[in-house]
Amino acid sequence: MIRFEQVAVRYADADRPSLSGVDLTVPEGELVLLVGPSGVGKSTLLGAVSGLVPHFTGGVLTGRVTVDGRDTRTHKPRELADLVGTVGQDPLAHFVTDTVEDELAYGMESLGLAPDVMRRRVEETLDLLGLAELRDRPIATLSGGQQQRVAIGSVLTPHPKVLVLDEPTSALDPAAAEEVLAVLQRLVHDLGTTVLMAEHRLERVVQYADQVLLLPSPGAAPVLGPPADVMALSPVRPPVVDLGRLAGWDPLPLSIRDARRRAAPLRARLAPLTGPDPDAGAGPGPGQSPGPGQSPGPVDGLAAPDHPSASGTPVPVEPVTASRGGFLTRLRGRRRTTTGVPGAPGDAPLPQDGVVARADGLGLRRGRVEALRRVTLSVAPGETVALMGRNGAGKSTLLSAFVGMLEPTSGSVLVGGLRPSRTAPREMVRLVGLVPQEPRDLLYADTVAAECAAADSDAGAPPGSCRALVSELLPGVPDATHPRDLSEGQRLALALALVLTARPPLLLLDEPTRGLDYAAKARLVGVLRRLAGEGHAIVLATHDVELAAESAHRVVILADGEVVADGPTARVVVSSPAFAPQTAKILAPQEWLTVTQVRTALETAPPMEPPA
Amino acid sequence: MNRSTGLARLPHALRAPAASRSNAVPAGAWWLWALGLATAASRTTNPLLLGLLVGVAGYVVAARRTDAPWARSYGAFVKLGLFVVGVRLVFSVLLGSSVPGTRLLFTLPEVPLPDWAQGVRVGGQVTAEQLVFALYDGAKLATLLICVGAANSLANPARLLKSLPGALYEAGVAVVVAMTFAPNMVADVLRLRTARRLRGRPTGGVAAVLQIGLPVLEGALERSVALAASMDARGYGRTAQVPPAVRHTTNALTLGGLLGVCAGTYGLLAAQGAVYGLPLLGAGLVAALAGLKLGGRRSVRTRYRPDRWGARAWLVAGSGVLVAAALIVAGSADPEALHPGVVPLSTPVLPLWPAAAVLAGLLPAAVAPVPPSASPVDPEEQP
Repeated sequence: MIRFEQVAVRYADADRPSLSGVDLTVPEGELVLLVGPSGVGKSTLLGAVSGLVPHFTGGVLTGRVTVDGRDTRTHKPRELADLVGTVGQDPLAHFVTDTVEDELAYGMESLGLAPDVMRRRVEETLDLLGLAELRDRPIATLSGGQQQRVAIGSVLTPHPKVLVLDEPTSALDPAAAEEVLAVLQRLVHDLGTTVLMAEHRLERVVQYADQVLLLPSPGAAPVLGPPADVMALSPVRPPVVDLGRLAGWDPLPLSIRDARRRAAPLRARLAPLTGPDPDAGAGPGPGQSPGPGQSPGPVDGLAAPDHPSASGTPVPVEPVTASRGGFLTRLRGRRRTTTGVPGAPGDAPLPQDGVVARADGLGLRRGRVEALRRVTLSVAPGETVALMGRNGAGKSTLLSAFVGMLEPTSGSVLVGGLRPSRTAPREMVRLVGLVPQEPRDLLYADTVAAECAAADSDAGAPPGSCRALVSELLPGVPDATHPRDLSEGQRLALALALVLTARPPLLLLDEPTRGLDYAAKARLVGVLRRLAGEGHAIVLATHDVELAAESAHRVVILADGEVVADGPTARVVVSSPAFAPQTAKILAPQEWLTVTQVRTALETAPPMEPPA
Repeated sequence: MNRSTGLARLPHALRAPAASRSNAVPAGAWWLWALGLATAASRTTNPLLLGLLVGVAGYVVAARRTDAPWARSYGAFVKLGLFVVGVRLVFSVLLGSSVPGTRLLFTLPEVPLPDWAQGVRVGGQVTAEQLVFALYDGAKLATLLICVGAANSLANPARLLKSLPGALYEAGVAVVVAMTFAPNMVADVLRLRTARRLRGRPTGGVAAVLQIGLPVLEGALERSVALAASMDARGYGRTAQVPPAVRHTTNALTLGGLLGVCAGTYGLLAAQGAVYGLPLLGAGLVAALAGLKLGGRRSVRTRYRPDRWGARAWLVAGSGVLVAAALIVAGSADPEALHPGVVPLSTPVLPLWPAAAVLAGLLPAAVAPVPPSASPVDPEEQP
């Protein structure tokens, strides 16, 4: 269906080609997943299929790309429109009209299909994608998952034989991602559509792929093969594959189901080891008297150990502190139980006493929508909290309230003892830093160096401190580059450094892993742990369950603006089908969250009898 | 038997149905209705009639608007109207007025101006007559704006553009895209302003505007490039092969037609060309329209579910036209009533039959399909 013959692409001002030596055939009716680290030319390869490269982007394409026999050299994108459907990274930039139904019809109108055909296909597509109730809705009022489905639907209606998708699930919460993937699955199975899709979040998609196309490094020749084989040599891989490699499973499992079938011996081996007991690392803190077995209050009920390894570890008890009210004590008690997941946040020193930020019965209305209702949350120094919940649950709103961009309608928010919305920005930056969803919003200057200098003067820090932070977070960011030309990971590091220049005790990150590959994500996790170790309180709003598992002490789940769960990461995520990381799903009911934990545990384990 | 059930069912059939795409009143009908009201407003300065027109427009909007983003513009237009009235009054107070008045309200200190500024006055006497005149005048303009606002919130602007002839389709898309870009840019500005706060900088001031301006423009540019790529990949701009003869005829007709229109207009306006002006203008228009029609052949586009003009659409448009016609007739029959005297001041009276005609503009609130989410206006709305 899609044929690349010795294809290389070089953009005008680049010193090396973005793609080279691509020679492959994608057969009809397959779902092919395109993987690889950032900047290896995944988007270029996708663009070459739809003809946007080089007709729209410029650059020189050598070799030949044919789609269903049509050469993209002689066919412009618009002449491939009936054959190839393309959805880019940002669905909002894709929409031409303003209501769902018109958007679905737009492509067919351009192709000149007969009105009755259009009507029938729109109805079919509305049903296929579950959009029937949204047909008259303005697109701007839809949620992210709905918009992504409309974008896919809008290219489906002309019945293309090939669908090209660039990161279709990256911006979505786990449930919405499942929705989109189910649709793709259905297209491939029922309609025989060929799907070529690039995605960083492999843990979501790899089990659906028929073949995986790996671009190992910039300029290197691609590898196309069955998912299990390609994953075995891929530099980017989801936790399930990582765990499979660690355990030596062959063939590598790609789905939770496969992995669970093989995991019994591993579970047996892990059972007696010092497990990822959420209480394990939590030594007695100030104001606490260690005493096993005492569990007053509901908090310890939550943290009650239910596996053998916990029996020897100190169980936190309600601190006996007269100065604090019962409510706060409860919060603190809860916090105590959260620290110390081995191999992960447990490496961080214990949170010190005190609270960096606190929301008390916080309510916030935007227009008529109650974005937050009676949210009570406090964050202690050295603690990392992951805020999770579906798109539109109020995560970003809560972060905005903490930095004072939104004023609470009821209740209160205190950061460092001040009310953020009433405090001058200049003072606020010393108390709290927020890296927004789009780190680019923070950048104004035209070089990295100028940006850093501006940050130093904004924060009143000695010159050079921001630049030092950048190098510390991510070595090798050149001074003279324009911030727009940085990779996603570099841009995030720069934005993080800008915010950290003022040394705020509270650090907020909104959806930090969007667009990051696994390597960049691993670096981010390292940075976050170090910052938490230095005593920064960190709040992450994220859909990325793996990130939460790797770095958060505590998970708070929001739904419809209310806190529906608040507790140590292991307790909250393991029991949730949507928010559990893959490792937890595979090794349940044991509470391992990450591959790193398992690896550490296995390495430090005493040599043992062969697994049963 | 049959007759009686038929009669019993009649009121039921006449009740407005719930709106869906199939029975939606075309955007053009709403615009005709609103322009009818606006024309009526332009024919009178009687504040009572103007108030009635605003009331009629407001009631229909309240009864039939949806929750869509464009439907929220009505409030903005009302505020704009009030602002216009305010500005008109302030200017009248500050700059004086040519209306000779006798009832002195107060005197502002007058700014002495040099001789060459004769006829311009700053400050000075303010009379009741001049204020009332300014008020009437401002109210007329405000009513016009509110009528436009009503059309804007009742009809989806994009659908209005969709009814353009095929040859103008591309221009229509450009306008639609521009219309969706404005809100996006506003959102960008807000987002970047809040981002400034995160860097610890004040969000107001000239420096902020300059610093935000560039990223906003960059963002808009990037978005338009992405949109252009997406449109291209979805078949925008595909053209059909047309024979060269047709193409040349199209060009000749369009070009010749436009020239004819220009020459005809010039003839009409110039002192001595009135004889050939009108026919030339007519011929030019016909040629240009034929060119447009022929040009549509190059476009392969088809139209998905175009708006249908049903009985309800005709009623909506007709009610607006009726209001306009009534006030035009009333204006020539009884100009006094429609333009209450300012010098000497007199209490405006409500002319009965024009007022009754204005009330005909309420018809859409009864006949147009009810949007599902609109707040119920009458209590018997329950099925």
